[in-house]
Parts: sequence; structure tokens; C-alpha cells
Amino acid sequence: MTQTAPTHRAIEAVWRIESARIIAGLVRAVRDMDLAEEACQDAFLAALAQWPKSGIPENPGAWLTTTARRRAIDRIRRQRRLTPIGEELARRPPGAQGPDIPSILDSIDGAVEDDVLRLIFMACHPEISAEARAAITLRLVCGLSTEEIARAFLVSEPTIAQRIVRAKRTLVDQQIPFEVPTGQDLAPRLDSVLEAIYLLFNEGYSATAGAEWTRPDLCAEAQRLGRMLAAMLPSEPEAQGLLALMELQASRLAARTDAEGRPILLNDQDRSRWDQLLIRRGLAALDRAFRCAGGEPGPYTLQAAIAACHALAPAPGRTDWARISALYEALMRKAPSPVVALNHAVAVAMDRGPQAGLELLDRLAAEPALRSYHLLPSVRGELLRRMGRTAEAEAEVERAASLATNERERELLLDRARAIRAGDETD
Amino acid sequence: MRVMVIVKATKDSEASVMPNKELLEQMGKFNQQLIEAGVMLDGAGLKATSHAARVRFEGDRRTVIDGPFTETKELIAGYWLWQVKNLEEAVEWLKRCPHPHPGTPTEVEIRPLFEPSDFEAQP
Repeated sequence: MTQTAPTHRAIEAVWRIESARIIAGLVRAVRDMDLAEEACQDAFLAALAQWPKSGIPENPGAWLTTTARRRAIDRIRRQRRLTPIGEELARRPPGAQGPDIPSILDSIDGAVEDDVLRLIFMACHPEISAEARAAITLRLVCGLSTEEIARAFLVSEPTIAQRIVRAKRTLVDQQIPFEVPTGQDLAPRLDSVLEAIYLLFNEGYSATAGAEWTRPDLCAEAQRLGRMLAAMLPSEPEAQGLLALMELQASRLAARTDAEGRPILLNDQDRSRWDQLLIRRGLAALDRAFRCAGGEPGPYTLQAAIAACHALAPAPGRTDWARISALYEALMRKAPSPVVALNHAVAVAMDRGPQAGLELLDRLAAEPALRSYHLLPSVRGELLRRMGRTAEAEAEVERAASLATNERERELLLDRARAIRAGDETD
Repeated sequence: MRVMVIVKATKDSEASVMPNKELLEQMGKFNQQLIEAGVMLDGAGLKATSHAARVRFEGDRRTVIDGPFTETKELIAGYWLWQVKNLEEAVEWLKRCPHPHPGTPTEVEIRPLFEPSDFEAQP
């Protein structure tokens, strides 16, 4: 049995575990996200230089915290020397006192309870775009490098770096406080956090660009954030609801694509490949969401409840479409959108027959937001096929294919159009 | 990736000696850290093998063997399922775990689970 020198990956693992707490603790002390992150990075570089020789210390978190705190003070001293007093005073908001060094020394003793939560609320402030919120959270809370974030979003490293720099500047300019919002402020601020996390998840779940249909790593990061948030805000129904939604959707990740990476629709998926652990976790989170929701559940909880109906159906034919229709109706009251209306029409068609669904769909056709949305003709085509109107059905599915932007999805739709035609010939 | 973290049995765990209050508290704290870090998926402690059974497969025969089982070191006393980025992250988390059997040297094992992609990679 040998104790080998810690590898780069082992030190990175320490970083992943400790960095959010250290950065959060530093932001609390110095009230400057940039400085906190840089000081923490300095400490990490020091660890990379030292630990391969000395081994990972007994308490790596304390080592990194102490080192980061020294580096933060060094940086503040350097800044003070470089900045003429007048200019520094001018930069401070009126009446504000800059932190003096002894008070920093007092307050950087590692993160206080809820500091990571404060950091998440700060990084996901509604003043910055949802994309920037997602990027900055991946960096500060998940400990991902700019390069990893760029790869996840399929954009260049400088683009992500720019996005993060601009977002941080906004946080400074707007003097966004390091706090967990309370009272009436909490709901809109929490929405802003949930939106960023769900954006990350969706970016991974249904890649908007590129040849790959899913990017599971990004989903995993979003789920991790969702689990953190649900654990730290146990009585916030929508934090539980979003977690439930992500766990339930992720339970189908392995069944959603075939060996060649082509998408498989829900009804055609091999349900034995759905991840039962994630379904169980999703249902538990959904149960918590319903239990702590005071009145009508929020949009994430409703969407999770819909996903749960699918997860609980042993076969497509045994799906509780009546309940799904009712949930979509509730969702239309809470968060109306043409896409939700489309899904409602699908559920109604499954529950009460294609004619009922088609009537709802035709009312939607006038929506400008749906004019180039490929799923509208795709659904219409399916309902027409079920009603035996195959020529119209084929034309609709072909139109859907011409509107689809994802290469794999277009292929799938063209296959379906061909199948409708073939079915027609054999009739 | 997911890993199963396996705590081995000891004489005490096999004798159904419950962990003391201090250890339970420390374990509770550690579990809370895992939950708040979004790492914990599942976990449980297992009852002693005096409550257990085995089914032995030999040709077409199925023989039921009732516990307790004797080879303590080969037995497990509990498990976690964690979601981590890589094995190194699991190792670093595990190093933060309180000693599961204070006073008795023990090893806790980390075993990565097969992921769907492992099957797809095969021809």
C-alpha cells in the first residue's frame, strides 16, 4: 500500500469541494467578488505548487482559507498603494466605509452558515442576464474553469470570460448586496436563481445548437445546484419543484437517444432504462414541493407533477392524461405561453380524442410566437394521422421537418413523414 | 459519475452495537455537508447479518442460507451513493468522513457505478 503524491486532479477535487465556501467567506469579508475570486485562485495556485511535494494537508479547507485570506490582504494593500486616496474615496459609494485590514482579518474565518447561499443569490441577481448568471454560478459555486464553462456552452473561452467580467462589473456598479433576500424580495430573486439553473439544465438536456442532442455533464451540474438549493431552502416550494423537475427529466436521459445519438420520443422510449433512483428522488422532491406550497403550486412544481405522471406510467397507454390536462390548465393560469398551450392541446387529445385536441390547436395557429415553431405542425400532423387524414398529416409533418433547427430532430420528422406515407400505402 | 461508497462491517456492527451519540452527530453533520453540496444521492446503514439471508445458486438448485455470516471483513455495514465529477472528488469527500468505527482500523471502499455510456461504448 503506497501513499502517492497528490495528483493535479486530486487538488482540483479539493478545489471543487472547498472553493465555493472560501470565495463566499471572502466576499462576506471584502465585499468584492472579483478580489475574493482572485485571492482564492491564488491560494489554489499555491496549493498546486506546494501539495505535490508536501502532500494534501490534514485540513485542506483551512489551509486554502488561510492562504486565500493572506492573498486577499496582500491584494488590498497593493491596491491601496497604487490608488491615490482621493480616487479611492471617489469610487466608494457616498457614506460607505472601505473595509480596513484588521476588520478583514477578523471576519475571514471561513464561511459562515448560508454564505454559499448568499453567493448564489448574488451571482444570480436579476440585474444580469440569465446566461451570465449561469456562467458565473458555474464558476464560483461549482468551481468550473472558464474553459470548462465555454466547452459546456459551446462558445469560445473569451466570450465566456467577457460575459463573467461584465456581469461582475454590473454587480459592483449596482452595489448588489451579499445577502439572502427576505420577505417580498425573496420570490423574485429566487425566480432569478431558478431560471439560471434551469437554463443550464436545458442547455444540457436539449442542446440548442450542435450535433449532440444532450450534454449530460451540464445536466449533472444543474442538478447538483438544484440539490444544493433545495437543501439550503427546504421550505421554498419552487426550489423543491425545480429539483423535482430536473431529477424526473434527467431520469430519462439514457433512454432519450439511440446508439447513434438520434432522439427517441417519450412514447417509444424503453422505460426499463429510466433511472429509478432519480425518479424516486424526483417524486420525493415533488412531495416536499406540494407539502410546502401554500396555495396553488408554482410553474416548476406543476411541470414536475406532469413529468411525474409520465414517470409513474408503466406503459405509454397507461398514462394519466386527464391529470396531465388538468396540470397543464393550472400551468396556463400560472405561466401562460403558446408552448404550454400546445402541450395542453396534446394532453387533451390523448385524454378526449384527436378532434378535441385539434380544435385547441387550430385556435393556437394564429399565435405569432408559434408561426415557425416546428412542434405545432408536428403535433397537428400526428392528430390528423390518428383521425385517418393521412395526406394532410404527411404534409404537416413535412412542414414540421422544414422548420426544425436541430439536425437530428429534422431527420426524425422526415422519417415520420415517410412512415405515414408507407402506412397510407398499406391501408 | 456515480460512486457507491461502501463501509465494511466490524465485530461491533455485526454484534448490533449501535454507534455512540457522538459518532451519530458527526455522521449527521457529514451527511448534511454532502446534501448541501449536492453530492448525496442515497445512503443507508445496514442491519447486522444476523438479520440477513443468502440464496446460493448451484446449477439448477437454489439453497437459502440464513445469517449471521462469519467473514466479517467481507461484509458491508452501510453504503452511500454519491454524484461526483470523478474518483478524486469522491476520495476527497471520503477523507472528510468521520471514522466510521472509532478504535478499529477500517477501510471504506469507493466503487464507480456503470453509466449508460459504458454500455454504449461496446461494439
